[in-house]
Amino acid sequence: MTSSAAIRAEADRLVAVFETAGAQRFETDILQPAETLLDLYGEDMRARAYVTQDPLFGEQMLRPDFTVPVVQSHMAQGVTPARYTYAGEVFRRQEDETGRPREYMQVGYEVFDGADPAGADADVFATVTGILAPLQGKLRISMADIGLLLAAVDGLDTSQARKSALKRHIWRPSRFRALLDRFSGKTPAPNSRRHLLQAATATPVAALAATAGPEIGLRSVADIETRVTALAQDAATPPIDSDQVAMIEDLLAIRETPADALERLRNLTVDLPAIEPAVTRIHDRLTALENRGVDLSRVTFDAGYGRTSMEYYDGFVFGISVEGRPDLPPLSTGGRYDALTRVLGRGHGIPAVGAVLRPATMLEAAQ
Amino acid sequence: MTLKLGVPSKGRLMEKTFDWFAARGITLARTGNDREYAATIDGLEGAELVLLSAGEIPRELAAGHIHLGVTGSDLIREKIASWESIVETLAPMGFGQADLILAVPAFWVDVDTLDDLDATAAAFRARHGFRLRIATKYHRLVREFLKSQGVADYQLVDSQGATEGVVKNETAEMIADITSTGETLRANHLKILSDGMIHRSQATLFRSQKATLSTDEKATLAALQNKLGG
Repeated sequence: MTSSAAIRAEADRLVAVFETAGAQRFETDILQPAETLLDLYGEDMRARAYVTQDPLFGEQMLRPDFTVPVVQSHMAQGVTPARYTYAGEVFRRQEDETGRPREYMQVGYEVFDGADPAGADADVFATVTGILAPLQGKLRISMADIGLLLAAVDGLDTSQARKSALKRHIWRPSRFRALLDRFSGKTPAPNSRRHLLQAATATPVAALAATAGPEIGLRSVADIETRVTALAQDAATPPIDSDQVAMIEDLLAIRETPADALERLRNLTVDLPAIEPAVTRIHDRLTALENRGVDLSRVTFDAGYGRTSMEYYDGFVFGISVEGRPDLPPLSTGGRYDALTRVLGRGHGIPAVGAVLRPATMLEAAQ
Repeated sequence: MTLKLGVPSKGRLMEKTFDWFAARGITLARTGNDREYAATIDGLEGAELVLLSAGEIPRELAAGHIHLGVTGSDLIREKIASWESIVETLAPMGFGQADLILAVPAFWVDVDTLDDLDATAAAFRARHGFRLRIATKYHRLVREFLKSQGVADYQLVDSQGATEGVVKNETAEMIADITSTGETLRANHLKILSDGMIHRSQATLFRSQKATLSTDEKATLAALQNKLGG
């Protein structure tokens, strides 16, 4: 075990690196209001964070990370470009015995700057990989771009309702898959739905509902009528073409060096022109990384990366772990979260990208 | 020292537990008056009977305060993180059956599956500005189930009793609760989602892996397992 003094010293060293890169120090309380995080991430957040009840201030949370407080503080001060660094304990509840620490030191670097997104992505990635350079040879580095899949879904030849449903589940791959299977006709609609739509052709929905039971609770008969209308529209929507589904599958299967991945993405663009802007962004990012001297030959572009654990990232994502040490958490994860700033800024967003490091894991990996 | 067996202290669960052990040659009995939780055990040398509320038995097993305990498999899964590494299932007992299910108002004719529920939760959140509320006391089981099924945009609200009434009182839109016959659900105008079975529970004899066993206690446990097996 590394001593907490050594971890603290390592955290201070990392903060100094980020300060040299132009970041100002950010501080926030350990006890945070829970409402914002619960509203953003829902019940999953309760499984991951320590939530407690304050008699005066309602539900509070031991900070599970710094990103949301940094964004809130930045948005409250206006939307001028800025970069921040921070170091402090974060707290993660473990529902099962995983051996992962429930409390650990986290150091972060967040860049709020819309002038040159590719440059900002490259800045964060290059600064982090620069810090981890002494561990080179031991690292497994993955990158991806969630915006690619979002763009591919937008480009599907189907209804807006189906696109919205798919995009809502980008971060839940199994439900995404189930929806895609149904929208493409691979799995039929459930019997109960077919029976309902058939009954609704002869009998008003309000009458069907009244026969089934009294109207109780906040969800009203009008809400049900709205949904039945949407279901009828969906049933009348032609299935998504199997070629288009195959293209999504091809996209998600990409796992190569960034240069080869870019080549395959360019080929996919011929049949899936909607992803062209996202592919251009990836190209610009890779160019910016090369200009900063980042060696991309040891990086894997893994299109499916970041879909299960990184819900607030909606563009560039990356993760760096120690090769052959599945027992260790990642040394660093990061990415772009423009959409999160729009949600927290009530519609006023600012392009933002950032990364976190775990100094304790870095020290352990160096041993 | 003696091998401590925790069983429910009252009601049908206690009676059925006594019957189950009696059928295997072990006589459990309460002693003293009705208010006194004292008990005896016959037919198993070196064992001691501890009467506890069924809800406390998981905690006592996890703490290693009792070696064996009878309680619902739903309570073990809900109350003990990584339960499989904390307790061992010795015998499902074939009574106390109850299903942990998801139920919605019967008049929701458009909601029958988890897929419907997920879409409904998204629409509800967009319309009302907060997540669809599910009342339950089984937070861990429900959350893990809905996560594994990819259902989003809901929230759990705590309900420790009379859960079937929350929809009418507008403190939740639907419930996750145990039911054996479904009668209370129907009386409260609720229906079960067709693919929303979270857990089929029954009374089960568990062994704590946290309670250490002396040589004598090991012998008593072996004698018990012999009776259960035979």
